[in-house]
Amino acid sequence: MSTREKVGWGIGGLVIIVYCLFPVAWIVSLSFKSSDDIANGQFLPTVFSGANYEQILVGDAAGLFLPALVNSFGICLIATFVSCLLSMFAAYAIARLDFPGKKLILSTALAVAIFPVISIVTPLFNLWRQIGLYNTWPGLIIPYLSLTLPISIWTLSAFFREIPWEMEQAAQVDGATPWQAFRKVIVPLAAPGVFTTAIIAFFLAWNDFVYGISLTSTEAARPVPAALGLFSGASQFESPNGPIAAAAVIVTIPVVLLVLLFQRRIVAGLTNGAVKG
Amino acid sequence: MTTTVERTEAVAPVSSTSDKSRAERRLGWYLAGPAFAVMLLVTAYPIVQAVFDSLFDYRLTDPQNSAFVGLGNYGVILTDSVWWTSFGVTVLITVVTVAVELVLGFALALVMLNALRGLRPVLRTVILIPYAVITVVSAFAWQFAFSVDSGFVNAWFSFLGTTADTDWFGTQGSSLFVICLAEIWKTTPFISLLLLAGLAQVPDVLQEAAKVDGATWWQRMRRVTLPNMKAAIMVAVLFRTLDAFRVFDSVFVMTAGANNTETVSFLAYRQTIERVEIGLGSAVSVLLFLSVVLISVLFIKGFKVDLSQARGE
Amino acid sequence: MASIEMCHIVKQYGDGYPAVNDVSLDIADGEFMILVGPSGCGKSTLLRMIVGLEDITSGDMVIGGARVNEKAPRDRNLSMVFQNYALYPHLSVYENIAFPLRLAKVPDDEVRKRVEEAAGVLELREHLQRKPANLSGGQRQRVAMGRAIVRAADAFLFDEPLSNLDAKLRGQMRTEIARLQRRLGITTVYVTHDQTEAMTLGDRVCVLRKGVIQQVASPRELYEQPVNLFVAGFIGSPPMNFLPASVDGTSLSTPFGTVELGAERAEKIRGHDLLLVGIRPEYFEDASLIDEAKKPHGSTFTARVDVTEWLGDAQYAYIPYEAPAEIAEQLKELSRELDSDQLRTQAVVSIDSTSRIREGREAEFWLDTRKVHVFDPKTGENLTRDAEAGRKLTEMAEEDRVEQVGRAKV
Repeated sequence: MSTREKVGWGIGGLVIIVYCLFPVAWIVSLSFKSSDDIANGQFLPTVFSGANYEQILVGDAAGLFLPALVNSFGICLIATFVSCLLSMFAAYAIARLDFPGKKLILSTALAVAIFPVISIVTPLFNLWRQIGLYNTWPGLIIPYLSLTLPISIWTLSAFFREIPWEMEQAAQVDGATPWQAFRKVIVPLAAPGVFTTAIIAFFLAWNDFVYGISLTSTEAARPVPAALGLFSGASQFESPNGPIAAAAVIVTIPVVLLVLLFQRRIVAGLTNGAVKG
Repeated sequence: MTTTVERTEAVAPVSSTSDKSRAERRLGWYLAGPAFAVMLLVTAYPIVQAVFDSLFDYRLTDPQNSAFVGLGNYGVILTDSVWWTSFGVTVLITVVTVAVELVLGFALALVMLNALRGLRPVLRTVILIPYAVITVVSAFAWQFAFSVDSGFVNAWFSFLGTTADTDWFGTQGSSLFVICLAEIWKTTPFISLLLLAGLAQVPDVLQEAAKVDGATWWQRMRRVTLPNMKAAIMVAVLFRTLDAFRVFDSVFVMTAGANNTETVSFLAYRQTIERVEIGLGSAVSVLLFLSVVLISVLFIKGFKVDLSQARGE
Repeated sequence: MASIEMCHIVKQYGDGYPAVNDVSLDIADGEFMILVGPSGCGKSTLLRMIVGLEDITSGDMVIGGARVNEKAPRDRNLSMVFQNYALYPHLSVYENIAFPLRLAKVPDDEVRKRVEEAAGVLELREHLQRKPANLSGGQRQRVAMGRAIVRAADAFLFDEPLSNLDAKLRGQMRTEIARLQRRLGITTVYVTHDQTEAMTLGDRVCVLRKGVIQQVASPRELYEQPVNLFVAGFIGSPPMNFLPASVDGTSLSTPFGTVELGAERAEKIRGHDLLLVGIRPEYFEDASLIDEAKKPHGSTFTARVDVTEWLGDAQYAYIPYEAPAEIAEQLKELSRELDSDQLRTQAVVSIDSTSRIREGREAEFWLDTRKVHVFDPKTGENLTRDAEAGRKLTEMAEEDRVEQVGRAKV
């Protein structure tokens, strides 16, 4: 590659970095603007102020935001755990066993992944009201599985297919019991895949908005994105933009941390499964 | 005598091997069954219920007057301009975003492929950030940037004629422009990662052979690289198209459907959740579902997208 | 240390196809046994039944005097080197080698001693802390061997262990394996499709075809006294030439002239008319380079040479010939079965490297008729096999082995 080409691709790289970070930087910047400063028409605040964070963490809006944060974490973690557990068994069967219906299961997962969420929400809205799941954690965890399960099955099957399963046999020849072979050889090899799948599934659940606004009505179960979408500010006369930006920054922190720590695995997982929900 | 003994020995184990494969089948379904059942439960059941509900004139606030109307709801919807407007908006957003994302995503993938070794991990990390950021947050970020009361865009682009009170969310066209921007920003990275994986699968020797054969950079791209990553491109386009067709979050946050920016998903939401018109809302949902099915069938049959490619096999 | 006895072993899969069909084979304590055959002949399946990774449909597998059919692999105390080595990617080289000892809960001191000892033998000392992914093919292969020898196993099993290495390394590892086996004097079963490995490593070689044993004998016996067309064609490189022949009294007429058999062998082929003559490439020679004294033992003929290959120490000439359609078809079938793809009926002839025979020319060749074999084209049976001579060759090999093991143990 010539120097000119190198410089060209390098500039391209910088453009990507700006492209990816600019809107995030903007929302961070906005979150530090005081209510008088919001309309300054500038990218950066005139003075950095923590007022918005104060408002959503300890102030008037805390009663809306903090329960939503707890709901989001609780519901997403449980949904992720359940779908990982279910898909671990399913992916093992798909990767290891020979049985009719493998294709059916994978196609179903694909179909569910492309299913319009809103078509699920309409009947669930009605049913959940009738059976008392409306505005409860389980009432969100169950539909969240429709987001997390398909991608978990695909990603995990792709990972499990790549595990050198003959290792299990090698271990048995080396004197391992089937359980030892599984624990000492297969688990360490499978763990990264399961972990990656869990991260991707968590992203999907964390991103949900439709179920969140449709199937909840109060802070008893409402997750952060829905709370954000419906947040209208402490008073009618004050722009809600500052507190919303602060809340947006807070919910972005966990996913950015996950990205920074596990970048390589997430990329592998996304392109292995090649399905986005 | 020995032969008879041998024969019985030979027969018994044969049946045991078929027992074994039967046991494997059973185990396969025991393991995969729960996940399969849950998937059916959370999708098949609701859609069947939606089809059923869509045949009734049923309003949640007025359950006594629920009446069977057959395909009446569909007739109401398909003759209403509201449906056709939202359908048009949805198609427009889908076509624009997918087309732009494909070109942009390919450019990003090329940059990531060719960037210096030291820069590559950085790029792969930052590219995941838009993917990981919640759609609602991204929608807010873009809305606030363009809004009259908190944005900076109007100030920055004053040389293009924007003033402090240029209302981007005041007309259909400009609203959709911002919605598309937000959608493109958020989902291009995913496409570019898929395309990068596709690019990486094209063997270097093909490039070298084409170079020897006298192809220019552009010819190599068009005649060697692109045809060899067709599968990756089609899979990316299919998934993004279906995803874009369901667009909801950005519209809800940015315009709430004002100025004819309502999409099909949003229409369904408004009918069902806000106006509790379960019958009409269900019919819209069913129509949305049918559209998605139609798009998938067109892609898979028309473009022969091989979904097994999606597994990277 | 243990002997391995297989008695009427059958492996039948769900569809009823027998991958291994009625195999009976005794492997003596300390013997190096090769299982060889083209792909799909059941050799790997047989090995996996020995180690217990494959169920035995019927028959008895006896290791060290005890029937092991129902035993789990870990209870059979065997070591195996897999084709792709099956190194645990998450463990270091040290832990890979130590793995069987860790499972057996051997104390740390003992583990260290034995791993280092194995690493010393295999020259892996400086790589012990690395991960398998960072090793070269040859190093990985040695780690797999290390894992096999670190445990005092009753027998070693190898499943095509060298097939992933390049030719040069393969040669080195081959001698390494031979040396190690003699030194440890441990019973070894080695699966390969490479006949060089089969010929050089094995005390005895078992040739399999479609799950059925064709012949079990020392490499020399296989080479000189093959039981049938399949074994004759499989063993030897370049392979044995098969020429169509018709009987004419005590002699055979072939595309390359008349081959005189002598009364004794002529007796064995009586009653056949169309036959196949098997002639190894080195039974031919450039007629101009043959001693006058030797000449009467064979016959001479002229033929047009198609291609010659000069290799420095040897030289091959290719001579096309016409064969009746029925024979040509059969030879094609045979070559397919042997995993080779012979396009035309031609004979490979080994001539002295100083020979001036060149392609495109007519040349005179001499053929040593004493060593040719005659096969029945219908059954493939070798009609002129001398069983007694064959038995002697294998006995000699056995004596050699005992002597070598004895010397290694001193």
